[in-house]
Amino acid sequence: MMASHREPLLNELGKRDGEHPETDVERKKLPLPDLTEREVMKHFIHLSQMNYGIDCGFYPLGSCTMKYNMKLLERVVKNERVVQVHPLQDESTVQGCLHILHHLEQMLCEITGMDAFSLQPCAGAHGEFTGMLMTRAYFEQRGEHRTEVIVPDSAHGTNPASAKMAGFDVVEIPSKDGMVDMDALEHALSEQTAAFMLTNPNTLGIFEKDIQLIARKVREAGALLYYDGANLNAIMGKTSPGVMGFDIVHVNLHKTFGTPHGGGGPGAGPVGVREHLEEFLPVPRVVRQGEGYALDYERPRSIGKMSMFYGNFAVLLRAYAYILRKGNSLQEVSERAVVNANYLMERLRSVGYDVPFYRRRMHEFVLSLASLKKKGVRALDVAKRLLDYGFHPPTIYFPLIVEEAFMVEPTEDESRETLDSFVNAMDTIVHEDENIVRGAPHRMPVKRVNEGQAVRNAILTWKDL
Amino acid sequence: MEDMLTYLGIESIDELFEDIPEKMRTGGLALPDAMEEREVEERIRALLAENKSFFEMPSFLPILKPHYIPPAVDEIVARQEFYTSYTPYQAEASQGMLQALFEYQSVVAELTGMEVANVSMYDSATALGEAALMAHRITGRKKILVPRAMFWHKRSVLENYARGAALEIIEIDHGEDGLMKLNFSGDDIAAIYIENPNFFGIIDRRYDELSKIKERTGALLIAGIDPLHLALFHPPSHYHADIVIGEGYLGNPMNFGGPLLGIFASKKQYLRQMPGRIIGATVDREGKRAFCMTLQTREQHIRRGKATSNICSNQALCCISFLAYVALLGSGGLRGVALQNMENAHYMAERLKEVGFEMPFDAPFFNEFVVTCPLEGKELNKRLLARGMYGGLPIDRYVAKGMLFGVTEMHTRELMDEAVETMVEVVA
Repeated sequence: MMASHREPLLNELGKRDGEHPETDVERKKLPLPDLTEREVMKHFIHLSQMNYGIDCGFYPLGSCTMKYNMKLLERVVKNERVVQVHPLQDESTVQGCLHILHHLEQMLCEITGMDAFSLQPCAGAHGEFTGMLMTRAYFEQRGEHRTEVIVPDSAHGTNPASAKMAGFDVVEIPSKDGMVDMDALEHALSEQTAAFMLTNPNTLGIFEKDIQLIARKVREAGALLYYDGANLNAIMGKTSPGVMGFDIVHVNLHKTFGTPHGGGGPGAGPVGVREHLEEFLPVPRVVRQGEGYALDYERPRSIGKMSMFYGNFAVLLRAYAYILRKGNSLQEVSERAVVNANYLMERLRSVGYDVPFYRRRMHEFVLSLASLKKKGVRALDVAKRLLDYGFHPPTIYFPLIVEEAFMVEPTEDESRETLDSFVNAMDTIVHEDENIVRGAPHRMPVKRVNEGQAVRNAILTWKDL
Repeated sequence: MEDMLTYLGIESIDELFEDIPEKMRTGGLALPDAMEEREVEERIRALLAENKSFFEMPSFLPILKPHYIPPAVDEIVARQEFYTSYTPYQAEASQGMLQALFEYQSVVAELTGMEVANVSMYDSATALGEAALMAHRITGRKKILVPRAMFWHKRSVLENYARGAALEIIEIDHGEDGLMKLNFSGDDIAAIYIENPNFFGIIDRRYDELSKIKERTGALLIAGIDPLHLALFHPPSHYHADIVIGEGYLGNPMNFGGPLLGIFASKKQYLRQMPGRIIGATVDREGKRAFCMTLQTREQHIRRGKATSNICSNQALCCISFLAYVALLGSGGLRGVALQNMENAHYMAERLKEVGFEMPFDAPFFNEFVVTCPLEGKELNKRLLARGMYGGLPIDRYVAKGMLFGVTEMHTRELMDEAVETMVEVVA
């Protein structure tokens, strides 16, 4: 399926001494290859053939929401009135952009139940960091000295990392039956608590049923409730973070709203708040002014800026197109995602896979492959073997509370036939000779990559080779 | 879907949402009806008609500037294998992206002269914030010295990144030459941030003085660079920069300000304090060369609250655009574009001087420069706007009636001549 050739590095393809003694400039040596367009295209096409994208096949990475990226989104951003627009142009010459930003904010408010949004954060973690800085500003404004942020042990790693970056101490609480342990939460809450960060459904794909009680306890402690929107794809139109009692939300447009992941980014992590936090949102805010729109920097309590301009505009525009295309049928997106996840979970259970904390799930679920350990097979091995069957493997070893975790999120876009063929592959693998599984992958451009050596002997540029 | 519900033994999808307490169910969304693809395109095209592109309204705005992007760049990043893939955790299925990102790191290392680079921060402002935090981790000190004259957006972002660690940001004034003064002292400085070219577009060639900062104060030198400028002038390694940041705009269009690409490079000795993703070369089971993400124990998905940064999603695809651009131009092409930028900027500055604009700094510049206008910059822009044109960025906060101009290979002689004539007319 994927090309099995090797491709030389760019600097191995062409002359690279980069000596320019003839020019009258300070820098005499610029050691970059000089190649023809034909050579460059060939190089990158060969590289692309050694990479697995969504259009190649099933990509059930848990917590990452790898849905199909509609080609429509790629077309609308090619408009010259986006590509060739400078962020510091006069407002009267960027009314289209401002209108789109404003409308997107409004639609995100509707979907999440928030009162106001900032589209400036460039990624989910950046949205979390923004939310934590607003939390800080909120308590400073109130003259309260709160130093702690609570996160469940099942939380995404970005949650504690973002809280820490904003200067908070992180208090991690254990889970009980795959959900927030209410006793542990109550024990952790105090007048020191600034916020509790939670994703719901959580990283096991379980809806935190006690969310009303959680919200009340957090509110009684005087703290804020933060919603990690990584799993929003499960609940659109069914409930919302606002209704659940959250104060701050970030959403990942590259997950729920269909913008491509770009091999790691760019994504976008807009952050939404309830009314009492609106004054702290980053500047500029996009505001209505007469018949048009303006950028408002005059917000004395704003935390200031989080990125150079107004966020990843081309990503925001893609998400805007996605939401327009889906409209009020976004609810069906969540329904379909949840049906697919539950179907796939039951099918995998039927062929013998173990689902800890077994119960109905929302958009994703987590298997434990611990029972394969006695055969000497690890979750990592099964993941690599799936590659041979043409599937991108699920997320492995996360969340940390499940041994040999295998986290599966099929998304709404996959057909029953695709899900069934994935089950067949999983069923085949469990019965295969363990040496075949442990030696996987066998049909990729490279064999199992030695990641340990990359750490021990750090070769980070072509000069190091 | 019916058959799947049957398999699950349920009659209605609602049963799958039963865990949501009744009181919390919203029952749908008040959004417009779904649109056809054609309708979405029409709607967005109609909205964007309210914008003016560079070609409809030429400007000389600095900081992010229009550049010509070879069509092959678009073709390369339009490969779905690149743009739809996730972060390359599964190395065996991601060799293409991993090798390209390794090449990006190598190109950044060659351009900057540094030993290591990561595969992006969100933009130059967040890269600066991360660099300040990294310098704090390395030195254990809290003072960050920055030029008083810097883009205020970047400064604001830096303040936000500095807040959690309670770093103290100290402004240093510039001298008559427009360059930040270097006569500071003290043994409690974590880092000094210089820009080269600086905010006024001036090229900083005080290489000896810059080289000695660390020896003199123990502070790290963070250099903010422009990748095109590096095609002609000494890289920051030449003056012993410890950390290098910059805007990786090569191959990436303006897009109303995003996505951008935060370049981040460093000396190898600080590798383990670096934020962000790093790609390494290694071997596969058969001993053949392969690539993978490496040194992940610095990162949030492993180290959680103790990670060097919270960054997860980054701007990887913008790295590919940058790499493709540099590969297509090569060292000769990159120099050519840089020379053209410099020539055009100097032509424009000369023309403006002829018609009564003044240059407050007698200093060498690359493709941005400051002039003082015969009238307030804001007013000048307003009048130009009425003529379908725009000037530069007013910088009254640093220079009275000052305006920062940005000029690139996109500004033809004809365009510059026309702009100067228009300015003369609107000033009169």
